[in-house]
Amino acid sequence: MTDTLTVVERAIADTSKPVVPRRRRGHRPAWEEPPTVAGETAKGITLGVVLLVVLVPLWIIVITSLSTQGAVNRAGGLVLWPDGLTLEAYRVMLQDTTVRTALLVSLGITAVGTVVSMAVSVMCAYGLSRSRSFAHRFLLILLIVTMFVNGGLIPTFLVVTGLGGYGQWWALILPSAVSVFNILILRSFYSSTSADLIEAARIDGAGDWRILWSIVLPTSRAVTAVMALFYGVSYWNSFFNVMLYLPTDSEKWPLQYVLYTYVNRGNGMPGSVNSGFGTAVSQTAPLSLQMAVVVLTLVPLLIVYPFVQKHFRTGVLTGAIKG
Amino acid sequence: MTTTTAARPDRTARPARQNWRVRLRRDRSLVLMTLPAVVLLVVFNYVPLFGLVTAFQEYDPLAGVWHSTWAGLDQFQRLFGDPLFWNAVSNTLYLSFVQLILFFPIPIALALLLNSVLSSRVRNLVQSVVYLPHFFSWVLAITIFQQMLGGAGALNHLLRNNDIGTWDVMTNPDTFALLVSSQVIWKEAGWGIIVFLAALAAINTDLYEAAAADGAGRWRRLWHITLPGLRGVIVLMLVLRLGNALTVGFEQFLIQRDAVGFDTADVLDTFSFYYGIATGDYSYGAAAGLFKSVISLLLIWGANKLAHAFGEDGLYRT
Repeated sequence: MTDTLTVVERAIADTSKPVVPRRRRGHRPAWEEPPTVAGETAKGITLGVVLLVVLVPLWIIVITSLSTQGAVNRAGGLVLWPDGLTLEAYRVMLQDTTVRTALLVSLGITAVGTVVSMAVSVMCAYGLSRSRSFAHRFLLILLIVTMFVNGGLIPTFLVVTGLGGYGQWWALILPSAVSVFNILILRSFYSSTSADLIEAARIDGAGDWRILWSIVLPTSRAVTAVMALFYGVSYWNSFFNVMLYLPTDSEKWPLQYVLYTYVNRGNGMPGSVNSGFGTAVSQTAPLSLQMAVVVLTLVPLLIVYPFVQKHFRTGVLTGAIKG
Repeated sequence: MTTTTAARPDRTARPARQNWRVRLRRDRSLVLMTLPAVVLLVVFNYVPLFGLVTAFQEYDPLAGVWHSTWAGLDQFQRLFGDPLFWNAVSNTLYLSFVQLILFFPIPIALALLLNSVLSSRVRNLVQSVVYLPHFFSWVLAITIFQQMLGGAGALNHLLRNNDIGTWDVMTNPDTFALLVSSQVIWKEAGWGIIVFLAALAAINTDLYEAAAADGAGRWRRLWHITLPGLRGVIVLMLVLRLGNALTVGFEQFLIQRDAVGFDTADVLDTFSFYYGIATGDYSYGAAAGLFKSVISLLLIWGANKLAHAFGEDGLYRT
């Protein structure tokens, strides 16, 4: 079992090595053949298609959400090219109490959840990162076992409801607050924090809490940012737990669940005739309104992503191992 | 970054071979730091493990785990005689297989392609775009697919305008395996390249230079240097995928199950959810879940053995 641990860790550490650019920008090594025209064209086309496959749907959705009813009618559905833009859909959407509440709930759960998860994970990762500390092997194994064995859906549901979690927001946070995988990544970074620095701090009389706060955390900002993004995204996207624990309390729903009922299921959009929840009634196209809800779930991610994604390239990464 | 094996010399390491009381006193703050995580894991991961006994009961929510009647293996007998259960098992295996075949090579190919691009600006642009869908929720990803490919979506709009007829991919059971695989590819293939890019960057450049000096062309270098360099990661990813063969993505199917019907879209996880929670037959759902966990453990074990047979580390060594 102890060997198990080192292999899992090594796999993680291997992938978290800094990705050193193999060559300087634009410099083809002398030994490499000159590129063929056909080869370069094929590469360019393939990469172009890959980019378009991701970006075109997003473009269409954003443009449709910004379109007037007239533009949607003329296009007969989704709008591919701007043709009469308006913020009407967003105005109607933000007047709807269900969407407004859901936005606040989502932001709240994401903020609280991320703080809880990060605090718990950072402490645990550091607590396990000093080699030969008391019981650290036992604790590590305790953690890693949960990656392979778990009670599964029903027993977890029974435990959470047994603790009174049904209908409570904490049921969306605490059961999934700890990602052992994230802790292992943090741990592998903390273990490699310069031993000299830590030694020096210890001689100066710093305890472990002080070392964690003043030395280890500041020297591992990149990995901390990436882990916070992972946790934040998992809370922002939480959907199934809502279906499990809060299926009927529509005033407690986060945004993803509203997206699911409004757009995916097409139930009672605000502004549509048989509006189940909506308070606002308007002439805006339900389609642009639906797309506005889609965009709303995207916006926070698009705001945070640029700041964090640069760390994926500089080597903090890992994550895909999770499979 | 250095790796973290126990043998690594570390001047901050604590001297071993002391009385455990002394060591506990010395490390009490470290142990204290791990406590919150340990408590959460015990409550939400280890306690549910004991909750698995419900699979051997006739669980009654009012009586609880302690006072429900024991049912022995009745739930499993019912399970193995249930055609809907076998439907879920075969769907899971089939979808998992199709997904493996269609998905697995794509991140590797993309990583190789990206690695061959000289301009770091292009590389960075492509990476930041293709990683993005990984962070979308399944609700969002499926909504996007629905809007693009659904009955009222962009594709059918285009087809109708050109009098080609409609083609609703989202509700067609025959193409469901292709649909869910393309969703997984759209959402996760970009993210999947990260591990391969890291492995590619770790290959020693001198090897390429030496091979080129010996007259090896670009394809020979790919075959004799690049692919062997990726072998370890590829095997590791395969082991993980095989070990997870009974997990094909849960929310993805939960959301789309009604549109295409459960004949095609019910997988083990959704089966366990619908029977266990939606209909309140907790013990039955727990039995299905337990069946899945046991088979999954065997699969991980088997896949890992297979990796060892190929001379790779796989996920763990014992």
